[in-house]
Amino acid sequence: MSGLIPLAFAFPLTAGALGTLLRGRRAAQRLLTVAAALVVLALGVVLLAEVRTGGVVTDDVGAWPDGLAIVLAVDPLAALMLCVTAGATLVALTVAWARGEDDHPLFHPLVASLLAGVALALVTADLFNLFVAFEVMLIASYVLLALRGGRDQVRAGVVYVGTNLLASALFLLGVGLVYGATGTVNLARLATAVPGDPAALAGLSLLLVAVAAKAGLVPLHGWLPRAYVHAGPAVTVLFSGLLTKVGVYVLYRLTSLILVDVTGLAPWLVAVAAVTMVVGVVGAVGGKDMRGILTFHMVSQVGYLVLPLGLMTVDAVAAGVLYLVQYVAVKAALLAVAAATRSLEGSDRLADLGGLLRTRPALGIAFLLPALALAGLPPTSGFVGKYLLIDAAFAAGSWWGGAVMLGVSLLTLLSMIKILTGAFWGERPERPDPGHVLTATRRRVLVGVPLAIGVAAVLLGPAAAPLLELARDVATGLVDPSGYLTAVVRP
Amino acid sequence: MSAAVVVGLLAAGGTYLVLQRGVVRVALGFTLLGHAATTLLIAAGGADARGVPFAGAGPGAADPLPQAFALTAIVISLGLTAFLLALAFRSRDVHGSDDLETTEGER
Repeated sequence: MSGLIPLAFAFPLTAGALGTLLRGRRAAQRLLTVAAALVVLALGVVLLAEVRTGGVVTDDVGAWPDGLAIVLAVDPLAALMLCVTAGATLVALTVAWARGEDDHPLFHPLVASLLAGVALALVTADLFNLFVAFEVMLIASYVLLALRGGRDQVRAGVVYVGTNLLASALFLLGVGLVYGATGTVNLARLATAVPGDPAALAGLSLLLVAVAAKAGLVPLHGWLPRAYVHAGPAVTVLFSGLLTKVGVYVLYRLTSLILVDVTGLAPWLVAVAAVTMVVGVVGAVGGKDMRGILTFHMVSQVGYLVLPLGLMTVDAVAAGVLYLVQYVAVKAALLAVAAATRSLEGSDRLADLGGLLRTRPALGIAFLLPALALAGLPPTSGFVGKYLLIDAAFAAGSWWGGAVMLGVSLLTLLSMIKILTGAFWGERPERPDPGHVLTATRRRVLVGVPLAIGVAAVLLGPAAAPLLELARDVATGLVDPSGYLTAVVRP
Repeated sequence: MSAAVVVGLLAAGGTYLVLQRGVVRVALGFTLLGHAATTLLIAAGGADARGVPFAGAGPGAADPLPQAFALTAIVISLGLTAFLLALAFRSRDVHGSDDLETTEGER
């Protein structure tokens, strides 16, 4: 079983390389990338079934002596995240195909490489290897963002590349300091070596700043809404499900292993998460187009995902994991609606839109269902996630963290209503009809994908029990990481 | 000690250049920051141990791990510098300048 782990990134990487060779043959490229995502998904499911009840599967790549070896480890969180990211990739690929966005000869190879970097970041238990995985993922994303090469893409590209390069440099300096102080980059060994060592803690603080920037935590969030809106609409769907979520995943991993033993940090995590939620949602309310509002929301939601780390109870972390899974799906659906609107109406600026609920009722429903889930209204999956999060915050004594989450939910609803009134109600402004540039099948797929996710999000509300049980298994492994520690540190 | 001074100078120069407006200067700044990180990684292995990093080479052998880190980091930073310079080139094509402040248009 453990020999399967390297496949999670080796297969997408090979698919990317082959895809580059097959530049002119779009059908073959598509097949390769979809196969890569399906392999990652299948691996995630198989590994999840294996490690579900607290087990950890490890692989000692190349069988190097202890201390030199890069150890790969899959615990329930990593396995679940493999499934989630592969699923998000499939959704983004479908939207890209329907919009004709995957026509660039490098699109598919880049998506496959991005997935390879993400998968490696999820399964590695080695700090320097994590840096490499981040770079593989980010380099692919830099090129994907700037692929169309227009004015806005270049400007957004410089902001995005600049911020992430700076974060990567800090990360590398942090790795150097931590290695200098402790003599290891194995995450499990660092778990015992770092917390009492001031020099290692200095390095860790650099790492933390870098990961916070990549996850989009306030005050290091400014690049996210500036960059993502200028990517292709399907690329935004992809970035939303993969990039910042990997940053959040690394925060979960680092907190579970190391940060939880650093005294005095927990209240700061809660505070940063709360400020992130508020700043993100206020920015979202001020947005003028669908994607602008939705990308600013990502910042706000990162706050929801990070807040449980300041509490570190099984209930809170389980709620965070459940919220993460349903949020990735819901956000992908909302961004897919924005992408569809852009294709069908020629624009996603609220000023250009109106009356969509009458002219395109299916698209209206496809927006409404995930929007309700994002705002956390019953009976959707978002309601279950937020209810559990807020309940866990109050139970852990962080009443103001819970209060902030409640308030931010209201503003989230407000921003969704803003899109609803701007684009779906009212009258359509006088504007030439863009006509049908897409075939009927592609149009149906564009609307069908978010509609299906929206229906699933509503059904998942009342039927959340199995997912919640899974989330509790994941959270148990994070709050008590002894299984991970003994599996990763070899005798 | 000398390694610390070198890292400090490189990081200071890099930070100064990264805060400049032109993309070419930013690219040069990241090159300096990359060198700072590489030097730090090598120093983290112990600046005194300079022997051949082979297994069983004795007490003076250098730590092989930081050298592997440094090599990887150099390759990555080379690729990214190339990409940033390509962006600067493209920026001159579409904006007429690699200076982002003068090209700040709609939004």
